[in-house]
Amino acid sequence: MAVCGALVRSGRLSRPISGRNSAFIGSRFAVVKRLASALSYVPETAPSDFGETTKMNLFQSINSAMDVALANDPTAVIFGEDVAFGGVFRCTIGLADKYGKDRVFNTPLCEQGIAGFGIGMAVMGATAIAEIQFADYIFPAFDQIVNEAAKYRYRSGNLFDCGRLTMRAPCGAVGHGALYHSQSPEAFFAHVPGIKVVIPRGPIQAKGLLLACIKDDNPCIFLEPKILYRAAVEHVPVGDFSLPLSSAEVVVEGKDVTMVAWGTQVQVLREVCNMAQEKLGVSCELIDLRTIMPWDSETVIKSVNKTGRLLVAHEAPLTGGFAAEVASTVQSECFLHLEAPVERVCGYDTPFPHIFEPFYMPDKWRCFEAVKKLINY
Amino acid sequence: MGGKAASMAVARGSAAIFQGLRHVCNKNSPKFPSLACTGFPSGHQRCQYASTQGLDLEEERPQFPGSTKAEFTLNMDFHLPEGAPGIPVYRVMDGEGRILKSSEDPQLSKDTVLEMYRKMVMLSTMDGILYNAQRQGRISFYMTNYGEEGTHIGSAAALDPRDMAFGQYREAGVFLWRGYTLDDFMNQCFSNDLDYNKGRAFPVNFGSKEHNFATYSSPLATQMPHAAGAAYALKRAGTGLCVVCYFGDGAASEGDAHAAFNFAATLDCPVIFFCRNNGYAISTPTTEQYRGDGIASRGSGYGMATIRVDGNDTFAVYNVTKAAREMCVTENRPVLIEAMTYRIGDHSTSDDSSAYRTRDEVNHYRGNSPITRLQRYLINQGWWDTEQEADYREKAKQQVMEAFRVGEVRKKPPLSDLLTDVYDTMEPHLAKQTQHMLDHIQQNKEQYPTTDIFTEEK
Repeated sequence: MAVCGALVRSGRLSRPISGRNSAFIGSRFAVVKRLASALSYVPETAPSDFGETTKMNLFQSINSAMDVALANDPTAVIFGEDVAFGGVFRCTIGLADKYGKDRVFNTPLCEQGIAGFGIGMAVMGATAIAEIQFADYIFPAFDQIVNEAAKYRYRSGNLFDCGRLTMRAPCGAVGHGALYHSQSPEAFFAHVPGIKVVIPRGPIQAKGLLLACIKDDNPCIFLEPKILYRAAVEHVPVGDFSLPLSSAEVVVEGKDVTMVAWGTQVQVLREVCNMAQEKLGVSCELIDLRTIMPWDSETVIKSVNKTGRLLVAHEAPLTGGFAAEVASTVQSECFLHLEAPVERVCGYDTPFPHIFEPFYMPDKWRCFEAVKKLINY
Repeated sequence: MGGKAASMAVARGSAAIFQGLRHVCNKNSPKFPSLACTGFPSGHQRCQYASTQGLDLEEERPQFPGSTKAEFTLNMDFHLPEGAPGIPVYRVMDGEGRILKSSEDPQLSKDTVLEMYRKMVMLSTMDGILYNAQRQGRISFYMTNYGEEGTHIGSAAALDPRDMAFGQYREAGVFLWRGYTLDDFMNQCFSNDLDYNKGRAFPVNFGSKEHNFATYSSPLATQMPHAAGAAYALKRAGTGLCVVCYFGDGAASEGDAHAAFNFAATLDCPVIFFCRNNGYAISTPTTEQYRGDGIASRGSGYGMATIRVDGNDTFAVYNVTKAAREMCVTENRPVLIEAMTYRIGDHSTSDDSSAYRTRDEVNHYRGNSPITRLQRYLINQGWWDTEQEADYREKAKQQVMEAFRVGEVRKKPPLSDLLTDVYDTMEPHLAKQTQHMLDHIQQNKEQYPTTDIFTEEK
């Protein structure tokens, strides 16, 4: 109570306690601590053939990926707003000192410029790693990405391309980000032929997939779930390694329900897997899509043909979200195997709210309800 | 000055720092009465006492990180741009093709100037034939370059052919100068099997790796930040080359133009931003495009070296481009060139400019065209005459017509090229869609008669 009183007096009536989806609502008389679902990150183990590992959180693993990229490729540069001192999320810490100000540098505050500049560098064959400070601010660059980067190779008959471009941006809910620090824009970019869209679920995945994007000869958008920057910690290989793009991964094997997600939502569904097993005796197969576009439909189709039930979940709003694409493909390819309609658990069709975040999110309870619906259909 | 006076001065100086200025001297110093100091800066006064003490003269200036060059003023003077004169237009020749100041004569050889002139005539000839071809329905679209040939040839001739070029859509003369052939132009306009773009873009979307000119795209000004990035990459690679970026007066209003200027200046990119200010963006005259003094007036706002030039004076364009290039590659800085010219033709074959401007206006500028002016120079030099003119025009027409005939009858690319080059390699979903498309057309062949003109699938 005393703690609550202090919080009330300081005017901080609501703030997240542990991860996202928890609200601390103080009042003069009572503390109401609602824990819709707290994020708990389950660390994974890297394949042993990737060599020596060390403990890293997500921003450190991304830092490590870029360190490797700049060490191995003399043309590689990193640029964006505030990257020189280390970046607002510390993803570029130490890199300007190590590689020089001509290779890790700040740009003016202009996302369309960052994207366009990066495209131009890539057209000349240099490896350009552009940072957009928040995925919410990527939209001024949308024309450059959609009309230029994505079409550069196609429209020039493969005379020119900007495949050496990778754009990174923090995405996703963080507990208090509200409208402009929480968005997941992957669906917009999935609709653009010519670019790749990749979202990691943790530090090992992030380093391997980011290195894959940087090496890939197509312009890539790499979205980093910001809530995992500190919360996700694993033993990450220190050297150079990459993970395959356009390859979904079965994270948990099961036989009754297929669940598909990406980024932070994979962690949420891990918990749902456990809940389903404990409370319903249902065995769930969890798939991390990893690459949103071009996506690995084969793995998902194979799984749904086995289970007959599909749940897709994402933070982005329901309508036109990428779950719609997955669902549509699955109903087309697995129609006769389906035991129930595909369930989508997504953000509501609203801008991303502030105080209502815990109720907006596709949390484990909403996902669990969807599993029950699938089972009981 | 004793210790006490000195410490008082420092104390006042310290207090002064908090007011955004630094001033360390006493008023009416007893030691140097003839060098009285006002104590606080006023207008452009300098502290004479300070100068005798070897103190930094900048102490009277405002100290804000955002502006390091400004001084204080006590006069509230709004800067009214309408009061300022326009940036002057550099020229070398008068309207009769006479060099006005011998020091500005680029002293190009007869062969070079003749080649420049012939290329301009060839461009104009090709424009005429392809414009008519569109009217006859033989190509879908075309954009002429009438009136702007001087900006193309003058600038292209001053650059290294390896300098990477980015453009908008009205720089065919630069392509021509660099060696893009009539066949190349025709193949692109006909979207045939030799089109570098593999039939994906409509006419005038030229591009050439061999000639270092990035393929055009329709959205305006998008190439401008590309040019800044490309220049940065060239600088890092130590090539000693620069980038040239062409754009129009209308495109300069786009956000990408602002982004490009700012990035190029802050990141020290060796890029020439070459603005073709031809007076119109389709029907929108420059009076409705901007309120300031053209595009040149914006350059200094970004910290860029800037010059305005008579775009119809091929030698002037040559000179400024050459000088700009030198600045770029030796100092690693961007340069803005605003070439004033006039769009004699319509915006494109989809435009009829008589809807928004008079014939008189167009004819006035037709008389001042770059081709006319350079021709007059050549005739004055005794290097050209009406007979050579007629001969060359006929020859040019024959060459264009021949390339046209050949390009028109060539087959189109294979249908499968609809789905290739989306990524660097064929993706599974696209392979599936390709098969679906080809199967559908095969099964409904009679509904798609035009497939005969496409190259057979392998």
